[in-house]
Amino acid sequence: MTTQLPPGIELEKVDDRIMTLNVGPQHPGSGHMRLIIKIDGDYIVSCDPDPGYVHRGEEKMAEYRNYIQNIPHLERPVIHDSSNILYPYCLAVEELLDIEVPERAKYVRVIASELNRCIYTLYWLAIYGIFLGHSTMFMWPAGDRELFIDLLEAMSGARVTHAYLVPGGVRNDLPANFEERCLRQVNYLEKRLKEYEDIFYQNPLLKARTEDTGILSGTDAIRLGTTGSVLRASGVDFDIRKKEPYDVYENLDFETVVMKEGDSYARSRVPYLEMFESCRIIKDALRKMPKSGSVRTKLKPNPKGGNDEVYRRVESGRGSLGYYIVSNNRPEPYRVKISVGSFRNLICMPYLLKGEKLGNMPAVYWSLNYWPVEADR
Amino acid sequence: MTKKKEKDGEPSETTDVLSDKPESQDTDLSNTLTKDELRKFYEEKGIDLSPDVPIHPKPIPEFEKSLSDKITSKFGSKVNVDYVRPNRIRVSTKREDILDVAYFIRDELRYDHAESVAGVDYPDSKEIEIVYHLGCYTDEQNGSQILALATRVPREDIPSPGKDKSRTPSLRDVFYSVEFHERECFEMFGVYFEGHPDNRRLLLPEDWADIPPFRKDFKIKGR
Repeated sequence: MTTQLPPGIELEKVDDRIMTLNVGPQHPGSGHMRLIIKIDGDYIVSCDPDPGYVHRGEEKMAEYRNYIQNIPHLERPVIHDSSNILYPYCLAVEELLDIEVPERAKYVRVIASELNRCIYTLYWLAIYGIFLGHSTMFMWPAGDRELFIDLLEAMSGARVTHAYLVPGGVRNDLPANFEERCLRQVNYLEKRLKEYEDIFYQNPLLKARTEDTGILSGTDAIRLGTTGSVLRASGVDFDIRKKEPYDVYENLDFETVVMKEGDSYARSRVPYLEMFESCRIIKDALRKMPKSGSVRTKLKPNPKGGNDEVYRRVESGRGSLGYYIVSNNRPEPYRVKISVGSFRNLICMPYLLKGEKLGNMPAVYWSLNYWPVEADR
Repeated sequence: MTKKKEKDGEPSETTDVLSDKPESQDTDLSNTLTKDELRKFYEEKGIDLSPDVPIHPKPIPEFEKSLSDKITSKFGSKVNVDYVRPNRIRVSTKREDILDVAYFIRDELRYDHAESVAGVDYPDSKEIEIVYHLGCYTDEQNGSQILALATRVPREDIPSPGKDKSRTPSLRDVFYSVEFHERECFEMFGVYFEGHPDNRRLLLPEDWADIPPFRKDFKIKGR
């Protein structure tokens, strides 16, 4: 087959057909991370995720500070969901130090973490909307999110990074008239969520772009160890709030949202439907909460953690979020490992994008509910 | 204290900031309080110096005990059950046996994914511990369980990642989900995972020329 070609003319090699494309890290729809994508024409041949542009060494920093000083910086990886990233830390430290949490504080924590889950999901939904070219879906959730931020501001005093959950309870009690205000805004959000359904989820354009793209079967979702909405959109009924209930979740009335399709549409829909459940949890918690009582157990100054280790996890906006803390009789932890949902779902990206059209990349990428800052820690 | 007056420009009566300082300039060390005096002082002020963690034995949960018994009856002295607590079991083993134990945990105990892979550096005993936290999605009963599978690898004082003795078999063939976790562990602790298809850097920059940063001898500047 060695045919003599005229000088200056060469046959096209396979490698010449493949083009390497850097998506990111300057956030053109990738977040602060880079996807090294190889494409053949319009189709993705391979995808190599390159995270780490916002790696801040939270785990290393935690080894230098004591259990209380660690609170504010550990919420930085995902400031939109700061209650949920502090929740497992508080549970772990309470188990290490053998602290009992007052009953009322447990309910206040649940309310704070569900409000925060809604705030995170609305923010994510806004970004998902804008990257699919749906600018109304950017404006609406970004606006409605402010209502819940106001509620958390009334609870904690800060808009976004509130460091509200502390080992032993919460930082301060609810303000006066909180229940009434909270119910009013939760009811409003429920009304608005129904409008999202009409304008976004029933939109034929969105359906055309997301349905049947990036399909992840249930078996693969389990094998890849995915978590959160990605797992539940593939038909696996697993929610840590149900499977390993922490604080008062076992007393509260809610359902897990599971969809069978496993495509981008299902993955974008599961967090949205979970917001309805969050609203139910908040209302139920407000009803069942003790009306008065302490919200914080006083700790000893500079508590020491014994010679022990602990692993605690909660369900965050992006799936399971676990803290592994090793302690060695010192006020500072010996080692803190944060296992986050975003990092665990990252492994899906090369798997789902292979063979997909380049134009479907944003639809698949954002449906994974991936938060680069949290994944890097 | 008297800022208002100062703003008005009038000389205040109590501008002497040093007046709060104790008068005594005594630097004699023989005045140190004795233990008994200190204890008396603590009792008066109500300061509690008892240990932070009261030790009271907790009952060993049955279901978790049955799981750990299965492992010990299969492997005997090859594995060491460190603790059995509600929803948590920790098993440690040598790195030569870790693949066998992992296959057993996957096939018989039905744990199917890894939640996290953590390295813990112990420079005093010259070891690095790798802890796999394994979870279960498929089994209804096991859903709340986390099994920590730990192994220890030797640690070199001057590490050269990938080339020195710090290596252990990769569990990627057993649990596919450990792939990125092990890559992170490799760059942060310098532990090489034999059989891992892709032992490259993940989070650190390509031009990182220092020792693996999560080792204890890597210090943060200013701390």
